[in-house]
Amino acid sequence: MPIQHSRRQLLKLMGVGGVVFASGLAGAGESGKRKGGGLPSGNKRDFFFLQLSDTHWGFQGPPNPQADKTLKQAVATINAVDLQPDFIVFTGDLTHTTESKDVRNTRMAEFRKIVSDLRVKDLRFMPGEHDAALDASEAYKEHFGAPNYAFDHKGIHFVTVDNVSDAKGAVGDAQRDWLAGDLKKVGKDAPIVVFTHRPLFDLYPSWDWATQDGAKVVDILLPYRNVTVFYGHIHQEHHHMTDHIAHHSAKSLVFPLPAPGSVAKKQPIPWDPAHPFKGLGYRQVEEQDKNVKLEELGLAET
Amino acid sequence: MRRGQSHLAGLVAWAAGLLVYGCPGSSLAPGRLASAAEQQPAAPQAAVAVARVIKVTAKKFEFKPSVITVKKGELVELELTTSDRRHGFDAPELNIHAEIKPGAPTKVQFKPDKAGHFPFHCSVFCGDGHEEMTGEIVVTE
Repeated sequence: MPIQHSRRQLLKLMGVGGVVFASGLAGAGESGKRKGGGLPSGNKRDFFFLQLSDTHWGFQGPPNPQADKTLKQAVATINAVDLQPDFIVFTGDLTHTTESKDVRNTRMAEFRKIVSDLRVKDLRFMPGEHDAALDASEAYKEHFGAPNYAFDHKGIHFVTVDNVSDAKGAVGDAQRDWLAGDLKKVGKDAPIVVFTHRPLFDLYPSWDWATQDGAKVVDILLPYRNVTVFYGHIHQEHHHMTDHIAHHSAKSLVFPLPAPGSVAKKQPIPWDPAHPFKGLGYRQVEEQDKNVKLEELGLAET
Repeated sequence: MRRGQSHLAGLVAWAAGLLVYGCPGSSLAPGRLASAAEQQPAAPQAAVAVARVIKVTAKKFEFKPSVITVKKGELVELELTTSDRRHGFDAPELNIHAEIKPGAPTKVQFKPDKAGHFPFHCSVFCGDGHEEMTGEIVVTE
């Protein structure tokens, strides 16, 4: 059980173990056996990937006085585990925003250099508004490539949706058309995983935790029966269903934010010197035994 | 229509007692609204509603004023301008969604039908202080 071994190792290293549960991707591993499943079934096996989010490289401030170390520690922690994930996805806000083009480029280059130290070399990126909103993802594209794309991996269709390059937080007509066209290539029963930055549903619009045209994106996804969405932006774990579609947000790797609407004003949860990195972490997504299991992993204290 | 705006939608909402209008540079005035309403035979005596105009300036990273006090049932027009770059003005609980572009004011009319405190925020990501660019509409009885 190599994946179980990996989990035990991770839990030991992380200090805080998260909850494991089955997500809405049940049946993903056997989609090829289903009538209408559109992906080839010849190369499926159990695997896991990691979701890292909201690293905000370049951030400086009291909410994380060790922001220059947090990402590096996450890299070291992941590298210390014997069994590596098939790939790692970063769901946006790789860097902290800046109005300086030079500083933006420097931060993106530094980020790439740091994550290049990860043992796993299959890294998938997507932008957050901090990376892409001020220049319509111009710098992001230079460093990381297209902000939206699709790929297949061991029987699952993955697609990234960019809802940040438009500063209003919209996906836009053109990209929605692209998404609809991309999904037509797979069957209605195909397992589909969507990566995005902002929530595609109205989680808490008063805090800008929404996507302007998210409902239209969800409408495109609804005909597909096995869809799971992983996103970031809100700096905390959160789970929500829109019909049969599961939406899971990940913790941040810079500072946590309060639960939606739990306080009058949205602002980072203060740094706790007694418990550095409290509230920070990332997620393991394990495709095993025809189910997807999520494991929320807290970053270890130094 | 979460954030979209249209003349038609604004007029429909107004007729229902909650008017929302937001279009950068719009020259829409209360008189024009009344004219549209007067085309409806059912309300030939409808008084011309004159909105109270409240000017709001946006700039990185604040709104002035950041607290806007109005009365329940009062027709209000927000005249939104920016002194630096593109911003947004979103008060989701009052169904106000507007974009503020340099060079021309954005006019948003609304008629609150409930008292309370309703937050608004900049809905166009504008930089490092974007998260702080918030305010509140206070609707009194």
